[in-house]
Amino acid sequence: MNALRRNVLKGAAGAGTVAIAVAAGLLKPTQAMAAWNKAAFEAKNVGDAMKGLGVAGPADSKEIAIKMPDIAENGSVVPVEVTSSIAGTTGIAIFAEKNGTPLVGSYTLSGGAQGYIATRIKVAQTSFIRAVVNAGGKSYTAAKEVKVTVGGCGG
Amino acid sequence: MAEPMRIRATMAGDVADVKVLRNHPMETGLRKDAKTGQLVPAHFIQDVTATINGAAVLNADFGTGISKNPYLGFKVKGPKKGDKVVVNWVDNKGDKNSAEAVIG
Repeated sequence: MNALRRNVLKGAAGAGTVAIAVAAGLLKPTQAMAAWNKAAFEAKNVGDAMKGLGVAGPADSKEIAIKMPDIAENGSVVPVEVTSSIAGTTGIAIFAEKNGTPLVGSYTLSGGAQGYIATRIKVAQTSFIRAVVNAGGKSYTAAKEVKVTVGGCGG
Repeated sequence: MAEPMRIRATMAGDVADVKVLRNHPMETGLRKDAKTGQLVPAHFIQDVTATINGAAVLNADFGTGISKNPYLGFKVKGPKKGDKVVVNWVDNKGDKNSAEAVIG
């Protein structure tokens, strides 16, 4: 009984410490959530963003299809579908090359998930939209240009 | 912020097609408020996880480049009708939301 009680107390104290750290601003919620790749998402160019994701020199691939409009009247909502036919696709990342922070989304697939992601993204100006696919420890890429008439990142 | 999320999952052959839509402002932190001229603080979804019958199928990290009221579509091979899909979101302020659907 005593051991159990001790563990419960210990657990409560542990949780309390974290809460206090958050309250004191020592730990911002973003930092507490280590899963979010801050370096990659806050990178200002595609090269740095890829580096942040651990991608180096992805090979061009025709097996990645990017489906989206050629011209987007409203850059704040551009539908994008990425389909990878590469066997063993485990990750897809989407970049809007001329956005202030080019990395838009990074997706990790597992447990039977297919190489397919549909989303809607903001595109600041006419730019290539690049998809990077991870499969079997290698990375592959493809890009498609979208013309934007009204940018999606202004106010 | 616990606004409702819409989720739908349907089988097409042996692949489950899951579509999720959530209401969220997805503020980049760079936009100015038209009235006050002050920057609107960043407020966007950062982390999304999806499971089917408790097994992880998708883990997505979002940047500020995802549109307002984010839409997410993905496909999973293997599940059967009646299996349960659960999608969780966490934003940069720590707000969370979750939705589940039965594959039909």
